[in-house]
Amino acid sequence: MRYVEEFRDPVAAKALIAKIAEVTDEIGATKDAPVRIMEICGGHTHAIFRYGLDRLVHEGIEFIHGPGCPVCVLPMARVDEAVQIAEKPGVIFTSFGDAMRVPGTQKSLLQAKAEGADIRTVYSPLDALELARRHPEREVVFFGLGFETTTPSTALTIQQAAREGIGNFTVFCNHITVPPPIKALLDDPHMLLDGFIGPGHVSMVIGIHAYDFIARDYGKPIVVAGFEPLDLLQSVLMVLEQIRDGRAEVENQYGRVVPEHGNPVSLAAIADVYEERPSFAWRGLGEIDASGLRVREAYAAWDAEAKFGIGYGAARARDVAEPEGTECAAVMTGKIKPTGCAMFGIACTPETPMGALMVSSEGACAAYYQYGGRRAPEPA
Amino acid sequence: MCLGIPGQIVEITDTDRMTAMADVSGVKREVNVACVAEADPATLVGRWALIHVGFAMALIDEAEAAATLEALKHLGEAQETLEQIAEGEKALS
Ligand code: SF4
Repeated sequence: MRYVEEFRDPVAAKALIAKIAEVTDEIGATKDAPVRIMEICGGHTHAIFRYGLDRLVHEGIEFIHGPGCPVCVLPMARVDEAVQIAEKPGVIFTSFGDAMRVPGTQKSLLQAKAEGADIRTVYSPLDALELARRHPEREVVFFGLGFETTTPSTALTIQQAAREGIGNFTVFCNHITVPPPIKALLDDPHMLLDGFIGPGHVSMVIGIHAYDFIARDYGKPIVVAGFEPLDLLQSVLMVLEQIRDGRAEVENQYGRVVPEHGNPVSLAAIADVYEERPSFAWRGLGEIDASGLRVREAYAAWDAEAKFGIGYGAARARDVAEPEGTECAAVMTGKIKPTGCAMFGIACTPETPMGALMVSSEGACAAYYQYGGRRAPEPA
Repeated sequence: MCLGIPGQIVEITDTDRMTAMADVSGVKREVNVACVAEADPATLVGRWALIHVGFAMALIDEAEAAATLEALKHLGEAQETLEQIAEGEKALS
């Protein structure tokens, strides 16, 4: 195992890899009839590729890369709506850097910026609020993106703006939640999954019981994992042991960071500021019930949709077709590997992404592109 | 944006806004500590936290902080986050 040397504790890694092989054999999984484990979080996807974990473990294990990269699932129509707000006179539009290159139907935020819109990359919604304090004559909008990990940050920022009575700050809310797409994937008859690696930092906020339905209603194991390579290997082993023993439980491998019931302050802020949308569109997955959040009426003054009259899906038809020849949807649902897309590495690269999966290092295509060619298969 | 980065809280800067100065790999950055604050935020000084987009989201011990930072460096995410912090600084001017 050539590359195990790179691990912080190579001995422990080797032991885990051996144990994983043993349990995979006990289950009877093979290359042609593999155990299919989905890692939900894009951070895990990145780590799996970085360490070549998919090649280090028994060939009877197949990793399916889940929809857990928030910029990758952002629908084009929402990018269009963001651009529309950003191009309004007087607006300073702020965004996490990850979202700048996501293609819309016309252009990305980066292109809009090049054309003269005042669009700024910030590290935190706190930076956007500070901009609003410093520029009372301007309208500062923050592009609220991400799963439950980042949702508390914009909720708390809106609460702070409300407390200070800052009237020139709004959030364009595109926050999404992890459990509904998992349910949608489990309901998809073409999606044959045997178990899940659960997201660590999302679970730090929502706790582990948000996944009870996976074990209870669908009979699948899920193990919430940290993102160090040893965490991931151990979590894979825990999933496999559940399968071998015929168990389906929610287990927490990342207990040192993830409290069983999540973070109460974060959950309270989310509940105070946001409510579920009836449905929200996911690039590659379509509309999913109750999977997105919007700002509550009580905080309408800090809601960019209310302020600029750009409601959800107002820019154009919601299901804008993806560019011809792109296979993002099939990749996202694990039906094909990134290399199965004709655009991969040719027309679509991290510098010139055609699909959102190529934009962020957490997207499956970008991770494949970055690390895919770097590691040779293990010598026997 | 999804992975947090460990930082050490060095000073409480505003108890009303619940903000503190954190040391993130040698870079000073103001963060919100509402999610991890105990009755008296002053007890946070010297503690390590996982920081997500400017918000301390979980308290961790020093060994966990070191291990997490190492993992982030391997993924290239530590550098990326520090660049984003610098970008945020620039955007304010
Ligand atoms: S290579 Fe590009 S176009 Fe093809 S699936 Fe990946 S992101 Fe989409």
